[in-house]
Amino acid sequence: MVTLTIDGRKVQAEEGATILEVAEDNNIYIPALCSNEAVKPYGACRLCLVEVTRGKRERLVASCLYEVEEGLKVKTNSERIASNRKMLMELLLARCPNNKEIQDLAHKLGVDGTSFELEDNDCILCALCVRACDEVVGVSAISLVNRGVDRAMATPFYEPSDVCIGCGSCAYVCPTGAISFKDVGDTRYIKWPKNGMEFKLKKCKTCGRYWAPEKQLDYIIKKVNLAPDAFDNCPDCRD
Amino acid sequence: MGKEKVLKRLGSPQELEALRASIVKSRDPKQACLVVCGGTGCLALGAQKVITAFRRELKERGLEDKVSLRVTGCPGFCERGPLVVVKPENILYQQVKSEDVAEIVSATVKGKIVDRLLYTDPGTGKKITYESDVPFYKKQKRLLLSDNSNIDPTEIRDYLALGGYAALSKVLFDLSPEAVIKEVKKSGLRGRGGGGFPTGVKWESCRQAPGDKRYIICNCDEGDPGAFMDRSLMEGNPHSVLEGMLIGAYAIGGHEGYIYVRNEYPLAVRNAEIAVKQAEELGLLGKNILGSGFDFDIKISRGGGAFVCGESTALMASLEGKVGEPRAKYVHTVEKGLWEQPTNLNNVETWANVPLIIENGADWYAKIGTAGSKGTKIFSLVGKINNTGLVEVPMGITLREVIYDIGGGIPEGKKFKAVQTGGPSGGCIPEDKLDLPVDFDELDRVGSMMGSGGMIVMDENSCMVDIAKYFISFLEGESCGKCVPCREGLKRMSQILARITEGKGKDGDIDLLERLSATLVDSSLCALGSTAPNPVLTTLRYFRDEYEAHIKDKRCPAGVCKELVTYLIDEKKCPGCGLCVKACPVEAITDMGKKKPVVLDQEKCIKCGACYDVCNLGAVIRK
Repeated sequence: MVTLTIDGRKVQAEEGATILEVAEDNNIYIPALCSNEAVKPYGACRLCLVEVTRGKRERLVASCLYEVEEGLKVKTNSERIASNRKMLMELLLARCPNNKEIQDLAHKLGVDGTSFELEDNDCILCALCVRACDEVVGVSAISLVNRGVDRAMATPFYEPSDVCIGCGSCAYVCPTGAISFKDVGDTRYIKWPKNGMEFKLKKCKTCGRYWAPEKQLDYIIKKVNLAPDAFDNCPDCRD
Repeated sequence: MGKEKVLKRLGSPQELEALRASIVKSRDPKQACLVVCGGTGCLALGAQKVITAFRRELKERGLEDKVSLRVTGCPGFCERGPLVVVKPENILYQQVKSEDVAEIVSATVKGKIVDRLLYTDPGTGKKITYESDVPFYKKQKRLLLSDNSNIDPTEIRDYLALGGYAALSKVLFDLSPEAVIKEVKKSGLRGRGGGGFPTGVKWESCRQAPGDKRYIICNCDEGDPGAFMDRSLMEGNPHSVLEGMLIGAYAIGGHEGYIYVRNEYPLAVRNAEIAVKQAEELGLLGKNILGSGFDFDIKISRGGGAFVCGESTALMASLEGKVGEPRAKYVHTVEKGLWEQPTNLNNVETWANVPLIIENGADWYAKIGTAGSKGTKIFSLVGKINNTGLVEVPMGITLREVIYDIGGGIPEGKKFKAVQTGGPSGGCIPEDKLDLPVDFDELDRVGSMMGSGGMIVMDENSCMVDIAKYFISFLEGESCGKCVPCREGLKRMSQILARITEGKGKDGDIDLLERLSATLVDSSLCALGSTAPNPVLTTLRYFRDEYEAHIKDKRCPAGVCKELVTYLIDEKKCPGCGLCVKACPVEAITDMGKKKPVVLDQEKCIKCGACYDVCNLGAVIRK
């Protein structure tokens, strides 16, 4: 265990924990868009910047990546932090002016407008979808393509992916609702910012409802070595 | 590939020394040698034809035994290439063409000089015979570059003849790894890739970091526009880099090394590959080097050309086969770098300095330079400068000396405006700072940086807003796009600068640029983003009036930004000579007959400035 100070409060934390995790455990609010406990920290949105002092050196770090240390002094809000967060929010708001999540967070951080020309996106390129697909699902069906300002979230060459199982994890972790899926009849429709895919749903042998993508169920059967008929019934109709 | 027979493996330092002695003995120091630069600059200017012509001439005249020919890396004076130096006298011939070859060979055999190919000192108007008397070379201190002319980079014997690998032999048998680190620390060597971190301290941290393996990396992913320092070292003297890496590996305790070199440098890739192969054959790389028991291998990895891959963590990701994107360095790469193992990365020039320090001692090295920056630094001097080329100068030399004494000043008698140092994310330094001593800390202090050593000179015809726009748009294109401030911020900076240069700048744009810059500096994930605002911040600091003229007066003082420039004919001055009529590419100027002023159609004018440039009488006015 290490002891550190966050906003003047002494807190204890596990070694190896990040400042953001420790702050959350202690009900100290730090805004963040690209972090999720399901995946490794990434450090892209930069909203979680905090000021750390070690010895005489004071600097801004991304709290989602910075691991706690004994005697560390952390400020989660200062004028410098606030002005950086506001500018970052202005940039995100210009990118996604019509996105509810971004609007709400901007408002919360005291930003109600942006100085920049408006675009119309929902995706903030935080890569949570890409990381979940890789680290949690393990298929890497989607990635961030191109570089810099042309960066986009997509399947390779924007074509239907051979490996995507239609699980919808990408939509689930997306912090801005830029990815969506819906099941209509026997089909699941996944919509990403640049393209989309359709998946055939499996019909429950007992109740007859369509309950999960066939590809996803096949993937699980293979991965954990289940009997081929393990998912013939939906969870409700299983013993 | 290597043209010599297979080399015999060396099993001891004595065998290395014996080989060196035998190479030196087999060569007559008085024999004439024609040294032709085969560096990228001279090759672009037609050096290959000159080389072929020399080969043919020497063969046809049966002189191959009397006069030797050596194709080398870049000596630096690219402006005057293709360059030929006749050794041992060091007679410099410049702008040599294949037609000049027969005359050079005849003169060399007779001990004469081809006067017409000598360099003329623009100051005195006199011809200069010897390379070292040329003003471009005189003020330089060429510790690293001078050997480029003495070495055929594809021939390890040339490097050995000059005492190459003696420093390696010394550390393997006479010094402990700790002693090597101590020596490098004492020398004051700082990283030449841009950061300026003390090299010895980095090595020590890497040596002490816990881990199963330690990796050694040479960063040859030089991507700054106009920069070719590392390229020229790797092309011209690859063994000096390998020897530096070997010494570092021994000191740090690493047995695997990588040279990450951009694929756009085909000659650097080829020469590095040949050098590694030859060093392996001689047992200077591989297992049990020189019988010391120390093992070290080097692999060459070619980069795909992303600027950001010069950033150490992005480079390591790329080496691992991942997308070249940086990660936060709260845990340093010396602790967890390549494949999560302690990794020491240095740039080409840093590595090339190491054998010199070991050979001559830290005290000798530390005497060169300033209090905080030791040794020499190579700069690629480009832009509006008479002597474009590669210069190596002691740290602490003033910008004025580099630009005027070595660089020969600004072409066409124009006025100096600014020099941009440190690559695209460096800053623009104005005229009143020309006496600034060039070192890591002084450049930082004025808002620029050493970077890897780019130096771009601008004259009075450069618009500083346009310059800032160029660099920001370069960086916008090279940002990996991972973090919000760099990706979104550079896009917005680029848009704001574009509108200012188009005459659509708004009140508050300067303030917005400053606020954006502050956020990029503070919050970017890597140094690409955090240093990217430098061109904007320095031009705002030193040339704010130009921004204001664009925004408030809708005027570009340098006459560069097309939307803000109008060309007019001064009817009183124009004699109707018609020069401008011929120069205009869009037929916007009409000849009205002899002695009558021409007429310029503003509707057709594309504001290219061709009429302005061609008129000797000042009859074309730029507003």
